[in-house]
Amino acid sequence: MSDNKEKTDGLVSLVIDGQPVQAKEDWTVLETARHNHIHIPTLCYHEAVQANGGCRLCVVEAKEGNWSKIVVSCLYPVKEGLQISTSTAKVNNVRRWILEMLLAECPASKEIRTLAEAYGVNSTRFKIDRPTEQCLLCGLCVRVCEEVVGVRAISFGSRGVNKQVATPYMVPNNACVACGSCVTVCPTGAMQARLNMVRGNVSERTGHGHAH
Amino acid sequence: MDRVNKAEDLRELRNRLIAAQDTSRPVVRVCLGPGCLAQGADKVAGAFKKAIKDRGLQADVKPLIKETGCHGFCKLGPLVNLDPSGLFYAQVKPEDVEEIVEQTLVKGQVVDRLLYTENGNQYQTASEIPFYAMQQKIATRNLGLIDPILLEDAIINGAYLAAAKALSYMKPEDVVKELELSGLRGRGGAGFPTGRKWRSAVDAAKKSPGMVYIVCNGDEGDPGAFMDRAIMEGDPHGVLEGMLIEAYAVGANQGFLYVRTEYPIAVKNLKRALDQARDLGMLGQNILGTGFDFDVQINRGAGAFVCGESTALFSSIEGKAGEPRAKYIRSVERGLWGRPTVLNNVETLSNVPVIIDEGGDWYAHIGPANSPGTKAFSLVGKVKNVGLVEVPMGVPLSRIVEDIGGGVPGKDHFKAVQTGGPSGGCIPYSLKDVAVDFDSLIKIGSMMGSGGMIVMDDTDCVVDVARYFLHFLEEESCGKCLPCRLGLKGMVEFLDRFSRGEGSEEELDELVSLGEAIKDGALCALGGSAPNPVLTTIRYFRDEYLAHIVDKKCPAGVCKSLITYSIDTDKCTGCGLCVRNCPQSCITGETKTPHTINGEACVRCGMCLESCKFGAINVA
Amino acid sequence: MKKKATEIDAILDRYPGEPRYLISLLQDVQAEYNYIAPENMTLICDHVGVPLTQAWSVATFYKSFSLEPRGEHEIRVCCGTACHLKGSERLAQSLERDLGVERGHTTEDLRFSLDTVNCLGACALAPMVMIDDDYIGGATQRGIRKYLKKI
Ligand SMILES: Cc1cc2nc3c(=O)[nH]c(=O)nc-3n(C[C@H](O)[C@H](O)[C@H](O)COP(=O)(O)O)c2cc1C
Ligand code: SF4
Ligand code: SF4
Ligand code: FES
Ligand code: FES
Repeated sequence: MSDNKEKTDGLVSLVIDGQPVQAKEDWTVLETARHNHIHIPTLCYHEAVQANGGCRLCVVEAKEGNWSKIVVSCLYPVKEGLQISTSTAKVNNVRRWILEMLLAECPASKEIRTLAEAYGVNSTRFKIDRPTEQCLLCGLCVRVCEEVVGVRAISFGSRGVNKQVATPYMVPNNACVACGSCVTVCPTGAMQARLNMVRGNVSERTGHGHAH
Repeated sequence: MDRVNKAEDLRELRNRLIAAQDTSRPVVRVCLGPGCLAQGADKVAGAFKKAIKDRGLQADVKPLIKETGCHGFCKLGPLVNLDPSGLFYAQVKPEDVEEIVEQTLVKGQVVDRLLYTENGNQYQTASEIPFYAMQQKIATRNLGLIDPILLEDAIINGAYLAAAKALSYMKPEDVVKELELSGLRGRGGAGFPTGRKWRSAVDAAKKSPGMVYIVCNGDEGDPGAFMDRAIMEGDPHGVLEGMLIEAYAVGANQGFLYVRTEYPIAVKNLKRALDQARDLGMLGQNILGTGFDFDVQINRGAGAFVCGESTALFSSIEGKAGEPRAKYIRSVERGLWGRPTVLNNVETLSNVPVIIDEGGDWYAHIGPANSPGTKAFSLVGKVKNVGLVEVPMGVPLSRIVEDIGGGVPGKDHFKAVQTGGPSGGCIPYSLKDVAVDFDSLIKIGSMMGSGGMIVMDDTDCVVDVARYFLHFLEEESCGKCLPCRLGLKGMVEFLDRFSRGEGSEEELDELVSLGEAIKDGALCALGGSAPNPVLTTIRYFRDEYLAHIVDKKCPAGVCKSLITYSIDTDKCTGCGLCVRNCPQSCITGETKTPHTINGEACVRCGMCLESCKFGAINVA
Repeated sequence: MKKKATEIDAILDRYPGEPRYLISLLQDVQAEYNYIAPENMTLICDHVGVPLTQAWSVATFYKSFSLEPRGEHEIRVCCGTACHLKGSERLAQSLERDLGVERGHTTEDLRFSLDTVNCLGACALAPMVMIDDDYIGGATQRGIRKYLKKI
């Protein structure tokens, strides 16, 4: 392996969908694919923040020697000789089910609907509890607020099916600097819709409250 | 107690304690394990103390009362064992204590009525009872034997000797080798070879010098499993000794013990043991004069099953919500605070001192070659001898359930056995002879898991059981990844429909496809194995699913929408007890004449069934 | 309340001011006061140096924390597997009916909190119900009703 590295100046060679590509050692499969204009769908990925592998839409099949496995491309590190297939039957089964479930989870999001249609998913068998919901809890807003803005005005609350993005006690958080970064990274209209709940009425701020 | 400054001190201390023991002094061991405690064992122990005090028994007959950890035969609790006679008394009540003291302790006679009887045989000692005779105890060796509060008791039984041997006479490398040789595989669920895990940590630490941590996983979240609880409560020094040996092997100076919050007694006993071990000099700085430092901190879980998963557990110790992260970089390389961290289960670690003592080669020869050693199970559900058992790996399932467990009360045989906890699989009776080891269970679609073994009979509905497990996991999903958060909810929707007699045969296949998507797509093993109970029940009990979906019947009589309550007019005496208990007031009838249930208002709560003294309520 | 509650400052002093002690502190406060009041949450945050968002997120993630005062008596119905097979769901439902609250909640008069738990470790006695510190094995709907009338 180390021989290979020397030969290729810190680049690794792998194959994505039959196409030989090269990647920097610390790249992920997704970064490599994007660099080579190979499309892999994502919802919870954004260059500005650390990937967290939550939406699982970016799954691909990775083959190494004679073992193969479904992995998420946004986190999976490249490796010399890796063979990646971006749309096998297994991969598409995962994506289609996720998208169908998302149609029930955030029925109000047109971005999700468009993506689902691209995979031939036009309706959902699952129960719709909140018809106006657009948020898929990808966490991009939470991550950008923490990692990029450095404020941590919003976070996740509760867990599992009750999980939500919110401010503590669901009251506007004075720590919010109203920069709008969360709205920018949100893959749907969800953050825009709840922005007022996060920042409150900025004109009524006292100027205190940036305690943390 | 004296502090030990070198390995020799410990051996001398032990010899002194043994010599000081009065071997003729009777010992009363009252089991205070979870099962016995719930049946009032603490009151039994109290009654012994009081009876002995009241009688002012002479010093030479004054028995030593030990309040021990789980003795295993929970069904017969509270259990009392007497030494040196070896007598075993079952279902002892505080009222029986006076008689035991008078007859057995004072006069040396046996109280026959408290002995255990099975198939007409009466047993005087525990070791003769088939339930015990077929077991082999390694991880649970000290349970029921020692009083976990007394350090002397642990030392007399050999506590810390293996650690002394490792620290003083073996190089860390030798310890790792011994573990590799033993073939011990992790008892927390995945069955990863422990020696190999330790080796990776050593290698990772070489690449990145600095702190190495070890963590003992005592989160035991499986609903219906209590092996780790029993070990932590009943033999806390055994767990600490395992941790100490591990720490020495991988070069860790700090250990964490993560204990499920619902186990307050385990936390208490472990804390006390920690203090004792520090005073003794087996924890802290310069242990046994070897220059090795090690200490342990206890963290209580806060009520999240997912925190049993390694990366979630680390988040929790760091003070965060327990969300797993992808493990493409393994936690032996990057765990707690980004440092190499070795996570092992309580039972795994409890095996370690014995392996060091007896040698890896000895251990490797117990059970099958690829799954050596013994495994503890909590045997529960529709089985006669509910309790904690430990058997060599590889024994047939029927040995555990039928021979040791005594089979299903009142039935010919079990219907299914769930192994591997909520994300394990349901094994049908037709596979009753499957060898219980890691690989054989995986082959039939189930898994070893941490050791819960739940026996079901024909009154248990597999659709209901699958729904129960899925619902449990849905509630415990951290919600980070979509296949798990949305998928488990979706699977429950399917199962809800089936249990109402809705759906179609095609939907059964769709459910399998959804299950596969979740297995492939989920981030951590909670989601990744959650579909197992559904997939295995569909595989082995497809007919029962079809009975619900096609015939609209629940053969086991469990699924509420598919059953009706009615009153057998021949048996009903018209006493009216059910009328008074029915919360819906939907039972009517004249006094002393047979009553009837108005099916529309009935919520199928079972109150009438529970209250009727004449067995006149039918459920079908 | 049985005895005078430990002052919050004394609880804070038990742990060094590092983020990793957030959960331990929340546990101690929960144990002492039966719930985590907003002002105590803020004090904990200041002590260990984490933003309120993290503490709130943690306190709502784990099941053992409550942000609202709990009832005087804790009723815990075991819904572990062994108990489920022996009808614990029916027990839980009947308690919900009798008390007029859903599981996980507290009656309006703050008398009872009703919860389900996963395995109390006494599966031999399934179904198990724990009321405060008492274990009730082989529990029946009627038995529990009688027990509750007594306290
Ligand atoms: C959702 C989930 C829950 C788990 N719960 C436990 C547990 O309660 N106790 C345990 O020892 N291991 C549990 N595990 C397995 C651990 O992650 C880990 O594999 C184990 O503690 C490693 O120790 P071992 O190698 O000694 O088995 C769980 C895993 C998952 C995915
Ligand atoms: S609001 Fe938008 S960015 Fe935030 S979690 Fe929801 S979908 Fe993701
Ligand atoms: S599989 Fe479930 S528990 Fe695991 S990360 Fe995904 S949502 Fe969380
Ligand atoms: S983009 Fe990879 S999991 Fe969401
Ligand atoms: S399942 Fe209820 S006590 Fe174990």
